[in-house]
Amino acid sequence: MSLDAKAVTKIARLARIAVSDADKEHYAREISGILNWVEQLAEVNTDGVPQMTSVANMSLPLRADVVTDGNQQEAVVANAPSSDYGCFVVPKVME
Amino acid sequence: MTLRDLTLAEMRDGLKAKKFSATELAKEHLDEIEKTNAHYNAFITITREHALAQAAQSDAKLAKGAGGAIEGVPIGVKDLFCTKGVLTTAASHILDGFKPQYESTITTKLWNEGGVMLGKVNLDEFAMGSGNLTSFYGHVKSPWEKDGKALVPGGSSGGSASAVAARLAPVALGTDTGGSIRQPAAFCGITGIKPTYGRCSRFGIVAFASSLDQAGPIARNVRDCAIMLNVMCGYDPKDSTSANLAVPDFEKALTGNIKGKKIGIPKEYRPDGIDPEINAMWDKGIELLKSLGAEVVDISLPHTSYALATYYVIAPAECSSNLARYDGVRYGLRVTPEGGGLTDMYEATRAAGFGAEVKRRIMIGTYVLSAGYYDAYYKKAQRVRWLIAEDFRQAFEKVDAILTPTAPSAPFGFDYKPSNPVEMYLNDVFTVPTSLAGLPGISIPGGLNKDGLPLGLQLIGKAFDEETVLGVAYALEQAIGFTAKPQKLAGAAA
Repeated sequence: MSLDAKAVTKIARLARIAVSDADKEHYAREISGILNWVEQLAEVNTDGVPQMTSVANMSLPLRADVVTDGNQQEAVVANAPSSDYGCFVVPKVME
Repeated sequence: MTLRDLTLAEMRDGLKAKKFSATELAKEHLDEIEKTNAHYNAFITITREHALAQAAQSDAKLAKGAGGAIEGVPIGVKDLFCTKGVLTTAASHILDGFKPQYESTITTKLWNEGGVMLGKVNLDEFAMGSGNLTSFYGHVKSPWEKDGKALVPGGSSGGSASAVAARLAPVALGTDTGGSIRQPAAFCGITGIKPTYGRCSRFGIVAFASSLDQAGPIARNVRDCAIMLNVMCGYDPKDSTSANLAVPDFEKALTGNIKGKKIGIPKEYRPDGIDPEINAMWDKGIELLKSLGAEVVDISLPHTSYALATYYVIAPAECSSNLARYDGVRYGLRVTPEGGGLTDMYEATRAAGFGAEVKRRIMIGTYVLSAGYYDAYYKKAQRVRWLIAEDFRQAFEKVDAILTPTAPSAPFGFDYKPSNPVEMYLNDVFTVPTSLAGLPGISIPGGLNKDGLPLGLQLIGKAFDEETVLGVAYALEQAIGFTAKPQKLAGAAA
């Protein structure tokens, strides 16, 4: 798989990472190199092989649907770059 | 000989016997850290006051004959563990100023048993790297040197390994996603164990790849690792993948007797072109196991060569999801372009906050999970992962443990420039299969190469059978009798 600058633009957008036009070629080359190397996995016959989803072969535990924590507004916003009235402040979303 | 040369076990026993105090021990370490950190750069944050306060509490308990399993023992904490009120960076610019409002389960356990935090140690950014070369806080130097020049400590727990090897701490916390405890332990001539996935709670550890991440100790010998594991392991309802199993006393597993144990030697761990000194060190380890009465069995792990490629689909995929949370809203860095909206802020913050390796992995992960490629890459990798785990399952029907080298090369210098990212990834070729299968693995020093640099041996065990891993590693450690000290320390003594 060989990526071009356009594909990098799309991935960068999905990943929400700003990438300058000058860097796109560089990323395209590097990511293509890694993906080409990863494509060796196509050699492995995986017909009928299940996907490994749990390393310890455990099912996820359930707990009672009750409140276990709360009233932590101050702690929640303590590290916010910007907060007001106990809420996170972000740049405007609506035009 | 200083107090800092003592092992964790010797410190524990000396403190109980009141040969020295926790405060003396902490001070001696803190002084040396402050004196040498400009060179090693092993610590991102030195927590002197915090350490002395904890040490004073330990001394009060010890004076009454009380105290926990590691009462008064100084510890370096990888800066990937959340520590309440203490800067936690994951060695990334994007977590600038982040002071967690809660404590990780593992560090909580350490403090409950009397551990003393010396500081937060350096690592590769978000634990992504094999040389501690990607930290926003700069490279870490190993005390091991070649031609008078410092070498890399390995990664990602490079600060942990450098600090323990340089006698800046008897033990440090590490985390291992694809080899990040075992490879730096090997590079620094010390010992590190990644327990079975699920043994140690991941609660409060900054996540990289959640199906692989596992905490473990880095120390100067097997016994010290066992003592630390006794404190660290155990069920935690706050981690949904935590194993609800009884934890044995790991120190009791160190009997020195491995007569009749069956040790597998996988033929796939001798790839073409590997450093012949690595093979020679491995062969020496095999001979020693035989001399100890173990039965050596040739085995095959046929999918070994596909493990790295599998890892470099699964780990970036999980990382791209886990690192989506760093968006400049709730914590850390925020960069807002002039007149920019919310999306501009996300994109600018993440562009400025993440380093090159982290961005590369997020983008690869985003790609392999994106519509149209998910089946070809991610699902395929999850199937190959199953085959790799199956290789181990079959091997463990015949053997009790597996012996391999830890890394394919000796530690390298800062002038080493891989021609592409994949070349750097090859450092983890012998450790990644164990991680994918979720199995316990330990690295112990196997010997020195012709340049006087340490090479590591890895022992891999069955799931939740750390006792056999530690028991065999202990017997082998005694037989190897590794006593070499890093060049930097030998130079300082002269």
